Amino acid sequence: MTTAVRFDGVSRHFGSVKAVDAVDLAIGEGEFFAMLGPSGSGKTTCLRLIAGFEQPTAGEIEIFGSPAGGVPPYRRNVNTVFQDYALFPHLSVMDNVAYGLMIKGVGKAERRRAAEATLEMVRLTGYGSRKPSQLSGGQRQRVALARALINKPKVLLLDEPLGALDLKLREDMQEELKVLQRSLGITFVFVTHDQGEALSMADRVAVFDQGKIRQIGTPQEIYQQPTSAFVANFVGSSNVLPADLVAQLGSGHAQASLRPEAIRLVSAGGHPAEIIATSFVGAATKLALQMGDIRLHALIDHRTHDCEVGQQVLIDWNPEDLHLMDGGDE
Amino acid sequence: MRSDKRSGAPTGLKIAAAAGLAFMHLPILLILVYAFTTEDKTYQWPPPGLTLKWFAVTWNRPDVWEALQLSVRVASISTAIALVLGTLCAAAVVRTKFFGREAISLIVILPIALPGIITGISLRSAFNIADIPFSFWTIVLGHATFCVVVVYNNAVARFRRTSGSLIEASMDLGANGFQTFRYVVLPNIATALLAGGMLAFALSFDEVIVTTFTAGQQATLPIWMLEELVRPRQRPVTNVVAMVVILVTFLPILAAYYLTRDGDQVAGHGR
Amino acid sequence: MSNVAITSQPRGDGILARLSDALWRRPTLFLVLLLAPPALWLGIIYLGSLFALLAQSFFSIDEFSGLINYEFTLKTYRELFIPANLDIIIRTTLMATCVTLGAAVLAFPIAYYAARYARGKWKALFYLGVMLPLWSSYLVKVYAWKLILAKEGILNWIFEVLHLTWALEAYLAIPLIGGNSLSVSYSGTFLVFLYVWLPFMVLPMQASLERVSASYLEASADLGAKPLQTFRLVLLPLALPGIIAGSIFTFSLTLGDYIIPQIVGSSRLFIGQAVYTHQGTAGNIPLAAAFTVVPVVIMGFYLWMAKRQGAFDAL
Repeated sequence: MTTAVRFDGVSRHFGSVKAVDAVDLAIGEGEFFAMLGPSGSGKTTCLRLIAGFEQPTAGEIEIFGSPAGGVPPYRRNVNTVFQDYALFPHLSVMDNVAYGLMIKGVGKAERRRAAEATLEMVRLTGYGSRKPSQLSGGQRQRVALARALINKPKVLLLDEPLGALDLKLREDMQEELKVLQRSLGITFVFVTHDQGEALSMADRVAVFDQGKIRQIGTPQEIYQQPTSAFVANFVGSSNVLPADLVAQLGSGHAQASLRPEAIRLVSAGGHPAEIIATSFVGAATKLALQMGDIRLHALIDHRTHDCEVGQQVLIDWNPEDLHLMDGGDE
Repeated sequence: MRSDKRSGAPTGLKIAAAAGLAFMHLPILLILVYAFTTEDKTYQWPPPGLTLKWFAVTWNRPDVWEALQLSVRVASISTAIALVLGTLCAAAVVRTKFFGREAISLIVILPIALPGIITGISLRSAFNIADIPFSFWTIVLGHATFCVVVVYNNAVARFRRTSGSLIEASMDLGANGFQTFRYVVLPNIATALLAGGMLAFALSFDEVIVTTFTAGQQATLPIWMLEELVRPRQRPVTNVVAMVVILVTFLPILAAYYLTRDGDQVAGHGR
Repeated sequence: MSNVAITSQPRGDGILARLSDALWRRPTLFLVLLLAPPALWLGIIYLGSLFALLAQSFFSIDEFSGLINYEFTLKTYRELFIPANLDIIIRTTLMATCVTLGAAVLAFPIAYYAARYARGKWKALFYLGVMLPLWSSYLVKVYAWKLILAKEGILNWIFEVLHLTWALEAYLAIPLIGGNSLSVSYSGTFLVFLYVWLPFMVLPMQASLERVSASYLEASADLGAKPLQTFRLVLLPLALPGIIAGSIFTFSLTLGDYIIPQIVGSSRLFIGQAVYTHQGTAGNIPLAAAFTVVPVVIMGFYLWMAKRQGAFDAL
């Protein structure tokens, strides 16, 4: 597989703030790659480094094998869907979409035809003569997408593109983006702080924290085998067991993660705990459990168990569900 | 019965506000009446009769035409210079954070924040020291200096309102710096610049304090008027000129208001 | 830049495009290029002149030859404190204070009504109603008052029609504020100043009143305050930043003006007129320069006081 984007020890420091700190990264061609992390973790800065809006203070970025240092954004075959869409307010939807072609010097009739075709692809046929201010949030989002895709970029960068949409629309767009990416075969690099979005859409996910990548892997790897407490907490609300408890259980001396659905209620053996809260989440009931000094979350099938707040229960899990973490962070 | 508190203002307040507005406008309206009076030796009220003949007299006065022409030329050139300098300055201050940004804003505002007489006498003594004779350009030098702030205020307000990612979006789509300026920046700030330019024109067209120090023997329209004010010689002509000046300055101000009314504050403090 | 993978812009090799590349790679140079023209213009022409003037205030004039003596001295500044000059400074400062107070009182109802009650069309009308007088010709406005205050003018006519001429005469008989007629009295000068600078008070005051939510006033009334108490305890403190911002204009503009007191008023000098005469007919540039420092110092002190009172925090 060709590497679309490669980061080699890339840092971007703003004064004493290390927005991106010695990041190594390789994104394959045709991949749907998500950068996940809390705000201020450096994921958006990484995106801006690829687009060319920021320059690394150290390290090298390569785009399809050629160094990107000193190459201005307008000379990179990379396009961006901005968080606030950044549609040109003085231009019609048609002219917005055709902007890149106009700059390239494509003739008026041809770029009009191309813009209409692209608008059709994002299901906005007939909206060409409107101004961006006359569109809804979801429609603007799709214009921004069309405006980027019409240039046939090698890499499409999406900066929290669904952040401003409401839940239903967001779910529809997630599907639509995935289908679009599969059919076009373009490399998508997608920035989000929503772990559900990252896990459900991406082929691979990089989890960012404080300017560094904490873990890179497929959604399954990230979800089931978080390598640090930060990833476990941020990605899946996993339970994190402290090292001394893990040692007590005889599973080695390190922090370990335990998925809520791996915990089951047992009638004998296991560990005593008290149910301190319950909440209904569709197919299951989510329990908050107090076991000694630690708080655990568990997902329990409510057809098999009655759970009352205050009830004393015994809980257990399979030893292989306990994932030891190298625990690089505090 | 009690009146609806939300919609109605207390009568006292209404009267005071109306009286205040009247105080601001009646003297200007008075000028319009005086332009038609038949009396030519005193400021007699009520006018003994009304006539249009002073318009014809004024029309045929070469000194008024010369002064008007000089004023328009000075205002046009000063506005052009202020447009360039004010826009450059606004772009620099808004786009980037750099050391001394506050100082730059202060220097731009200083020429109107300090009394005009200070600007005027400073320039005059500087011209003296540098041995520069008074000319059309010495007037322009002074006017452009205090006009910059009006353009600057309008441009900064618009830049702030325009999303910074528009420029990035344009470059992302393949436009270089100049294309981005031509196709994205300029269309988005055009009305603000037009408004700023009109206000700058009005400001320069009307300026008298700095001009008295930088004009030497030349007379702009305000200088012509000032001489008439100090030593009235042709009251009816002055009345007509005053009326024309009022009407001429109203138009750009109204236009500037309509150009910037959605969102921007017209830089009213810019004087 | 011929790398196929990165660039695909066919029109990327013009002179402008290459210039754009160069500037993009050197953002500091680009910033310097943007800033240089305005910074040079204002720095050399404006600040340069200002400092040249300031420097001259430290020279003195030779009393016999009338030539400037280019030696550092504070003699000129001492001259500011002789009684005649001190009178000028005190007179001007007092006038500026009165004009500022008068403008605040007159502006408040306009600003408050526009901020609190005017809506839609009326709001626009109020705004233009203040903007138009603000921007219309200064000289024409002064001229209008010359017409109004003239002996045969409209004000005397109104008093006559109302049979109140005796009241006007009684007022003019009051020492200090009175005089032979309104047009040669301090009251006349005050009126014209007030008129010309009033819009400069209304706009910032209205801006600060816009930020006072009506619910504060209702809360105050709800807690038992009488209207006057609400005004004093809630509205006034919240509106203060705007009043101070406006007062900076009215105060500073009055301090530096030399045309209004020359056209309407007694023959006694204000700071602006003193500067004008010293630099003009008298040719005493050092003293004129020293005089211009006075409003700057007073304004500096005024701003410092305002800042200490925390008036800028809310701006």
